[in-house]
Amino acid sequence: MKAYTIKRLLSLLPVLLVVAVVVFFLIHLAPGDPAAVMLGPDASPQDVENLREQLGLNLPLYQQFIAWFSGVLVGDLGMSIYMNQPVLDVFLDRVGPTLSLAILAQGISIIIAIPFGIIAARKRGTLTDQGFMVFAMLGVSVPSFLLGLLLMLLFGVYLGWLPIAGYSPLSEGVWSHLQYMILPAISLGAIQAALIARMTRSSMLDILSTNYIKTAHAKGVKERLVIYKHALRNAFIPILTVLGQTFGTLVAGAVVTETVFNLPGIGQLIVQSIVRRDYAVIQGTILIIAASYVLINLIVDLLYGAVDPRVRFNKK
Amino acid sequence: MVNEPLLNVKELKTIFSTEKGPVTAVDGVTFHVDSGETVGIVGESGCGKSVTAESIMRLLNEQTTKYEGAITYNGKNLLHLSKEQMRKIRGNEISMIFQDPMTSLNPVYTIGNQITETIMIHQKLSKEKAYVKAIEMLELTGIPSPEKRIYEYPHNLSGGMRQRVMIAMALSCHPSLLIADEPTTALDVTIQAQILDVISDLKKELNMGVMMITHDLGVVAEVCSRVVVMYLGQVIEEADVDTLFFNPKHPYTKGLLKSIPKLDGDRNSKLHVVEGTVPSLDNIPEGCRFAPRCAYADELCLNRAPELETTDEGNKVRCWHYKRIFEEEGANATTS
Amino acid sequence: MEGNVTVQTNELFLKKKKEMQKERRNLFIRRFLSNKMAVIGSIILTFLGLTAILAPVLTSFTPYEMVAANRLQPPSAEHWFGTDNFGRDIFSRVLYGSQVSLAVGLSVALATSIIGMVVGLLAAYYRLLDHILMRICDGLMAFPAILLAIAIVAVLGPHPVNVVIALTVVKSPEVARVVRSAALVIKEQTYIEALKAQGASAMRIIFMHITPNTVSPLIIQVTYVFAIAIIIEAALSFLGAGIPAPHPSWGNILYDGKTVIFSAWWMTIFPGICIILAVLGLNLFGDGLRDLLDPHTNKANK
Repeated sequence: MKAYTIKRLLSLLPVLLVVAVVVFFLIHLAPGDPAAVMLGPDASPQDVENLREQLGLNLPLYQQFIAWFSGVLVGDLGMSIYMNQPVLDVFLDRVGPTLSLAILAQGISIIIAIPFGIIAARKRGTLTDQGFMVFAMLGVSVPSFLLGLLLMLLFGVYLGWLPIAGYSPLSEGVWSHLQYMILPAISLGAIQAALIARMTRSSMLDILSTNYIKTAHAKGVKERLVIYKHALRNAFIPILTVLGQTFGTLVAGAVVTETVFNLPGIGQLIVQSIVRRDYAVIQGTILIIAASYVLINLIVDLLYGAVDPRVRFNKK
Repeated sequence: MVNEPLLNVKELKTIFSTEKGPVTAVDGVTFHVDSGETVGIVGESGCGKSVTAESIMRLLNEQTTKYEGAITYNGKNLLHLSKEQMRKIRGNEISMIFQDPMTSLNPVYTIGNQITETIMIHQKLSKEKAYVKAIEMLELTGIPSPEKRIYEYPHNLSGGMRQRVMIAMALSCHPSLLIADEPTTALDVTIQAQILDVISDLKKELNMGVMMITHDLGVVAEVCSRVVVMYLGQVIEEADVDTLFFNPKHPYTKGLLKSIPKLDGDRNSKLHVVEGTVPSLDNIPEGCRFAPRCAYADELCLNRAPELETTDEGNKVRCWHYKRIFEEEGANATTS
Repeated sequence: MEGNVTVQTNELFLKKKKEMQKERRNLFIRRFLSNKMAVIGSIILTFLGLTAILAPVLTSFTPYEMVAANRLQPPSAEHWFGTDNFGRDIFSRVLYGSQVSLAVGLSVALATSIIGMVVGLLAAYYRLLDHILMRICDGLMAFPAILLAIAIVAVLGPHPVNVVIALTVVKSPEVARVVRSAALVIKEQTYIEALKAQGASAMRIIFMHITPNTVSPLIIQVTYVFAIAIIIEAALSFLGAGIPAPHPSWGNILYDGKTVIFSAWWMTIFPGICIILAVLGLNLFGDGLRDLLDPHTNKANK
């Protein structure tokens, strides 16, 4: 198990290298000079040149890359030229709202989706099942930012129940934090919920037709226990995969959702940094996000072992 | 009332509603099982023997299944019980083991967990006592060092061991009826004999009735005292095991017996095969269901379905011509 | 005489073959029509496609004409979907916007099919290439798609073609993976071994035998890519990083509408409905196709 974990961790390196290379060269090929952007339109060419030199922007690209990447390997993501702060600090400053948004969204989607998926599977073919599935189909078809706008229109503008945009950190009270977060979290979690519900349903259907479920019935196990003890744990294996995969969708959605609701998170940071040509911040944050996405998938793989003893056995 | 059998299945019909309309998978099946006896249910795949078993256990999806007739167990008609009453009988008074031990155990729980689950559902025992009981049962089925095995997962065990676990689980509450649905089909030949021995031994020890579903006449010869032969959802012959093997009445039974290879037989002669294949349930022949494949079939057979008749010896057969065939061929024609 | 007979049997054979093909086609059409999802999906898509093409006929307003006096008018008999903060007719902006959004989606779908097909087949057939190509795909797929798209558009500049390029880069790896795994299944079949043993060239095996078997998973996947391309294009435009300003696109109208969301709900609702319809239509169509073309998932879902 330990050897397997290490092996999996090592296999992440090439992926992260590709990510780093793509991000770096993509950003640096962009037209627009950060030095010129920082100094404004009235700066003299000489000043711009000096600043370029100071920032290392006059070096050949590959040298800049090596300098940056060797820093990354020891945990130094560089300095934000715009904010004059280490990238890691900038990132940590802004990660709160995004993390809170992602966790709430994932939480809401799991709490809603898994019971719905189970009920749909148990009532397969009935009106209830078809109703749930139509709902799930609609769910995957409404982009999260659009759902955000629609919810904002309904609860913020029309009903006036919730603030339509802005942010209040958790440190200033749970309730006000939730007031600002609930609409973004729902709009971000809806697609997740639909995906998870569909996966839960089809996975449960597969499991409910297996022989060991028949055995459980033949033993006289109560219907509820057949579902929750015998079937769900087995059905959870593919559901887990979807949870891992959709984390990427979640982060991507968070970028736009933050813009819709004016949340000062990583998404806004990236969009602003692109405008400011703040290379180090863009590179650093995207690299962290990509790395955490890959890591989450690794954790999901390792979690299989906790759910499924066969995996434990095979990888020892 | 003294002679009331343990299980009495009478004119059982199991009808599935499908997209194409109702399909009668079991069509008027009648037989009984007494305490302490092993009754074989024999037939090709698709003849309705497994559906009969699952009807008795009421394991079929009851939203799409309709039953007719009666299944009387210990004086109660199982078809009239509520779901909850039926659940309390399953695994407690009537147990079932399945064909494929590789997929019949839940892969994510230890075998101890799965056996004690049955015990704790039906008997008010503490977890510790249930584990003691489970180890005892595993020992009875001949699993070596059960106190260690009990903490293992199904994937650590071989097919034969898993079937022993299934048996231990099925018998853990001392049921009075065991339904074994092809319990040895998926196992190696050497393991098959061991599993059959375990079932026979425990049957004696617990004085159970056993309903042994199989397509393997070798299994029947080894463990059964009475045999019910099914064809396309109906019983076509019922007899004690000696009569069935040495003096079968129905042409289908004769065909089945002839298709068994014999050690002392002529190796150059071809094995007998029952011609043709089983028609599908949505395309049932009009007269005798076996007529299209039967060498003796005539006009009558093709047009009118025979009833299950009681023979002079007290056995049962569903054939218009069994007497004539017997007179023409003699009892020994099939066994020579 | 003999020659005559062969000609006859040949003709008979061809006739029979044609009949069989016709029958198979008919069967497919019947099954397609009995699949509610596929039918509803195609109706929605046809409807949207037609309104996009017929935009000049359906509306007398141009999407660019600003009339200051008509700013932020709610829906009326004249302006069905109302007007925006520049006094432009939303109905005509939504119609012309659907041309842009659907064209971007369709182009991405076509481009990813071609790239995904080539990369997937090469990776499946050549083991060495497989490792390199799949690591690159892993790397590209590790990005949240929209971030990568934003970055690419930021580099190339906001232009519809650049949006297509960005989305193609982001979505091709996914398609390549689907093609690859379908191709790998076929490649392992014994008959491909037999062909190799008979000396068939690699190109012949790839194009004659493996490719046809990857087509249905490819089509299904590309349907979803089409839907996601529409979503991401809308999101990019909504962030101001997609289709540049005066041009109408569903995302642009939403972008303009967000600033006036308090007073002009119609600027959010109508383009929003169009996006949902387009994505829903594609998803239904994709799910329907999957049921029809892929018997395995079909069984699992029923």
